Amino acid sequence: MDFRDSPAEAEFRERLRAWIAENDPGLPLSSTDDEYWARQAEWHTALYDAGFFGLSWPSRYGGHDLPSVFDVILDDELARAGAPPRPSLGYLVQGITTHGSDAIKNRFLPGLISGRDRWCQGFSEPDAGSDLASLRTTATRDGDEYAIDGHKIWTSYSDVADWCFLLARTDPTVPKHRGLSAFAVPMRQRGIEQRPLRMINGITTEFGQVIFDGARVAAENMIGEPGEGWRIAMTIVSHEREPGEIGYVARYAKMVAELEDEVRRDPGAFQPEQREQVAWAYVQAEMLRLHVCRRLSERLDGVDHGPGGSVDKLLMTWVEQSVGSAALAVSGSRAATDADDLALKIYLYSRAQSVMGGTSQIQKNIVATRILGLPTA
Amino acid sequence: MDVRYTPEQAELRRTARQLARELGPRTVADLDDDKRARRLAEAVRDAGWLELRDEGEGGPLASGVEAAIIAEALGEAVADASFAGPVLAADLVRRAGARLQGGAVVAFSPDLLDVATVSGPATASPLYAVDAADAASACVLIPEGGGYRLAIVPVEGARGGADLTRAVREIPAGVRPAAVPGPSRLLRSADLDAWRALGLALTCADLVGSMRGVIELTVAYARERKQYGVPIGSFQAVQHLLAEAQTLMEGASSVALHPSWAADDLAPEPARHAGRVAKAYCARAARTVCETAVQVHGGMGNTWDCIVHVYLRRALLSSRWFGDDGEQLRQLERTRLGVTHGLS
Repeated sequence: MDFRDSPAEAEFRERLRAWIAENDPGLPLSSTDDEYWARQAEWHTALYDAGFFGLSWPSRYGGHDLPSVFDVILDDELARAGAPPRPSLGYLVQGITTHGSDAIKNRFLPGLISGRDRWCQGFSEPDAGSDLASLRTTATRDGDEYAIDGHKIWTSYSDVADWCFLLARTDPTVPKHRGLSAFAVPMRQRGIEQRPLRMINGITTEFGQVIFDGARVAAENMIGEPGEGWRIAMTIVSHEREPGEIGYVARYAKMVAELEDEVRRDPGAFQPEQREQVAWAYVQAEMLRLHVCRRLSERLDGVDHGPGGSVDKLLMTWVEQSVGSAALAVSGSRAATDADDLALKIYLYSRAQSVMGGTSQIQKNIVATRILGLPTA
Repeated sequence: MDVRYTPEQAELRRTARQLARELGPRTVADLDDDKRARRLAEAVRDAGWLELRDEGEGGPLASGVEAAIIAEALGEAVADASFAGPVLAADLVRRAGARLQGGAVVAFSPDLLDVATVSGPATASPLYAVDAADAASACVLIPEGGGYRLAIVPVEGARGGADLTRAVREIPAGVRPAAVPGPSRLLRSADLDAWRALGLALTCADLVGSMRGVIELTVAYARERKQYGVPIGSFQAVQHLLAEAQTLMEGASSVALHPSWAADDLAPEPARHAGRVAKAYCARAARTVCETAVQVHGGMGNTWDCIVHVYLRRALLSSRWFGDDGEQLRQLERTRLGVTHGLS
């Protein structure tokens, strides 16, 4: 057991630190301002071009073949500098890597990883949230293509996406989990309408709904086999739930650092309860950082696509919501008198963390039945 | 960075868990089985675990990681054999360059935060020897020339304390400390910080173990206990309590690794800081997890003969020992937020 950098890791950290010092774009806190999403693509490209993104992914797709613990260093250094977190798309990379054919991997992974192609994930529907397998969007075979009809919602980044990782029903005659398939659907076509959703904290560019009305996708764009959609979706969501995969450690560390700065400027101006919440948010963020160190170290033995992601998701949710509560506490009455208060936006956005990527209740069902082995009712 | 256990550490963990499970108490009645408890204590001693922090070649015989592995295994089985008490004393004695015959522990101030300091000729308040079932003496510190001189006081009081598996023994006020025989050097604040880091690491590890152990037996109970004709573990309300407990235990287990490593591999102050962070998390988590275990056991969980309170009681002592979550958060406010008001 060693938390220290190896010589190669130390060299990487030093190079990365110097690069960030020169290239931090100074974006607002993620998900608190439309400007963040307006400039996030630029940040993705800059990070990639400098050789600091996709560290653990195969070099033939634009990654660097490094052990996944290098992502811990990346998150550390981004947080230390107050730079934006790394782009959150590791779960799509895992989904395509695990289930895609070589042709699919060669075609889509390089653009996804480099940021040249923007992706969104079309899973949830108005009537299929937690009960995802009941989704009703259909993909109907028509020659060499499929025709897509349906309504996706709560789709992050749909406004800027070039591609949608779509889950659709290809066989309505079999039980619901078995009739689903996954596709890479080009977003820029007639037959697809993208409608933004304004989030609880007022930002308008992160979230959307997508209406498919006879949209077309080539049959060769199917990812995995017909009927493999559910398994692919489970691979993706299990990784979407991992803070190590989506780089959220840096996000929380940055938020906590800003709260600490605020208190440190005049500690006497804050009540003991306010200060304790900030200290607790720090403890939570540190716990998650160390949890990711452990999880990514375990990956040196191989990638696990199992239910452990649900434990990670619950931990991450508790961290984000502790940070959100601490922000609200520190802000005091400002959060009530100023609709544009940053802490108010952080707090309101934090409420989404116990829903996105599968609700906390679903995560607890998974932990209870698949990790603890409790019987289902 | 690679925070996996080495193969040797993984093997030690297997051995320690197996031994603790075999010889630890399975029921509350087992706590009165002196023959079993003696066999457990002998096995811990024969394995050499009480000597892990004795002087080796230029440092302790084993690292904080190994010590934490054993502490966790003993906590998991609510093993009623002394471990952290004597090991922490050995670590302090080693740092002071002294030698003590076996059987010593550390005397703590009444708040259990720190090793007791004795300024006058005799102790001014009662002190507490923790995890001191077999101890004859306890270490205290005497201020001297900007540092501290190690001394000992006799431990004669009866066993007491909330924890039914590790004895807390009172040392009355008015006891005169005796010099440690042979040469010793002054302990500096850096020595004490490094020692406190180990104390925080071992109490965190014990809490993680207790959580793991109590979750396992509570899950087993929830699978077996039937109401409305089905196992209570099939109800979502119960499942979600246990899922939260499991998640807290995993988070605690991750955060607790850091001080166990840092105790030997970081400078004293950052090592102690790692311990504070971990203890704040582990103490809060363990309280919730043990309370959940009592709740899931229902009426049985509130009776003396149900073993869950043995875990809860052990967690209460480990939480307080070296400072609970509230204490650690106050210290973090001081070191990170610059808060000085109202703190000692």
